[in-house]
Amino acid sequence: MFTGLMLNTWITASIVAVIAGLTGFFAVLRGQTFAAHAIPNGAFAGAAGASLLGINVIWGLAVFAIGGALGIGALGSEQRGRRARNDVVTALALVLMLGLGALFVSVSSQYAEETYALLFGEVFGISQGEVAPIAGLGLAAAIAIGVAFRPLMLTSALPEVAEARGVSTRRANLYFLVVMALATSMTVPVVGALLMFSLMIGPAAAARSVTARPGVALALSVAIALATVWLSIALSYRTNWPLGFFVGVAGAAFYLLGLAARGLGVSRASSPQLSKS
Amino acid sequence: MHYLFEPGLLGSGPVRTALLVGTVVAITSGVIGVFTVIRGQSFAGHALADVATTGGSGAFLVGLNQFWGFLIAGIAAAALMEGIGVQRRRGRDVATGVVLGAALGAAALFLYLDTQQTSTTGASFTVLFGSIFVISPDTVPALIASGIVALVTVAVLARVLLLTSLSADLARARGVRVKIVGIAYLAALAISVSLAAVAIGAVLSTALLIGPAATALRVTRSPVRAMAAAAITGLAATWLGIVLAYDSYYWPPYGHGWPVSFFVVALVLVGYLLSYARRPNRNRMPRSPHEGTECSPA
Repeated sequence: MFTGLMLNTWITASIVAVIAGLTGFFAVLRGQTFAAHAIPNGAFAGAAGASLLGINVIWGLAVFAIGGALGIGALGSEQRGRRARNDVVTALALVLMLGLGALFVSVSSQYAEETYALLFGEVFGISQGEVAPIAGLGLAAAIAIGVAFRPLMLTSALPEVAEARGVSTRRANLYFLVVMALATSMTVPVVGALLMFSLMIGPAAAARSVTARPGVALALSVAIALATVWLSIALSYRTNWPLGFFVGVAGAAFYLLGLAARGLGVSRASSPQLSKS
Repeated sequence: MHYLFEPGLLGSGPVRTALLVGTVVAITSGVIGVFTVIRGQSFAGHALADVATTGGSGAFLVGLNQFWGFLIAGIAAAALMEGIGVQRRRGRDVATGVVLGAALGAAALFLYLDTQQTSTTGASFTVLFGSIFVISPDTVPALIASGIVALVTVAVLARVLLLTSLSADLARARGVRVKIVGIAYLAALAISVSLAAVAIGAVLSTALLIGPAATALRVTRSPVRAMAAAAITGLAATWLGIVLAYDSYYWPPYGHGWPVSFFVVALVLVGYLLSYARRPNRNRMPRSPHEGTECSPA
């Protein structure tokens, strides 16, 4: 379980979990769950296009993920009361990319296996050469979030105060979406588009339901993401069932645990955002 | 005209079925989509479609018709989402996301088991991207009936739905049971999404749900007119998409049709972009339940 190729799997998956825990925390805090779903899924279409053209799938993923992020960020609006419109723009950007994906997949000859791997990931059998770029990208994403931590927090929690202080909510939004796109484009071929989403939202939502303190919640989000991934790999290795299944179920289970813990009054400092359930 | 309509188009059985199903789907999605956009539940609509994937792949596994899988999973997820349902929109998005994440995990498992069991690899493609040309005529009555059920539900609830969408507090004060209305609406949404999933695939049904409705709401403010406009836009996109997909058999790469889903999505998006050209005033769309007072049912 801890030898050879499996070692690569453990390392890569841990890096992915850290990225997902970090970006997911902000995605949940900023209410951009839908974007967190749309960008990895849209990126899948790019990968399908790249494999049709015979170029490295990373390029397709990067182009579609960043294009999608810019589209959602540019056409959406950050004004209050405009979330409905943001959702519409996100939905349409997503279906545009998926529609192209459907076309690429159907036109290219090697569809089913490739599609399945891109959607649900192929975490076993990662070669040594794939680990380094993912580690590099993970580091870049972590630094990008670390550098902009304060503006991101401020625009998430108190957009009006942020505007008054001269921090553009819109720019912060776009910045975050692009960071998420970058993180996504490297992780999708490894863990799959659908899995990346589960891994971003489940742990972050669980962490937020337990504590309202941002630093603690962020650390907890990363820790839960790691626990989810490790547990899933072990179970997937034993049962031979797809990793995505365990990640999805574990994410939801942690969230329910978090809700239960809060319900029992384990944490007095429960999140004000979610306390009115 | 002869170039657009290939000879033999309407003579083909699958094409006629496709057109019929496409009509039902476009009308249902258009009408329900208007409420979805006004209520700001685009994400829920999309999530239900993805959850339907789980049902579809599960149905594939047990040999049931896909549509029933879509339907059962969709309605179960709708109840669950509204059940965890936090009233604040941000909390609702997170609840939706968590349900979606778990369902996608299950979909991964079912699709994996499908490929293990049948050794046919087409299952995931059919479930995810739909194939309107292979709908068996036997299921058509069930599809039409479900469409009617969804439309009737929404028609009965229309006034209450608009009221709860605009101001949940006001509705509560008037004695509306907001939670029940929410669940009934999400169930109708689940039915409509299941229908669309059969036609253009689970992951793309969002296009028919949101695209025409968003387009219509940019053009008109009246909810009733918006529903009509959305249904017509959806119909046009679906029919034209089917015709183009039929024609595309003669386009490169030869002997291999392009997917209907792609054309429908592309046409829906063209419609949405055209609505920008028609009315550049960005303030016309109801911004949020609380600001869209022009839709007041009172």
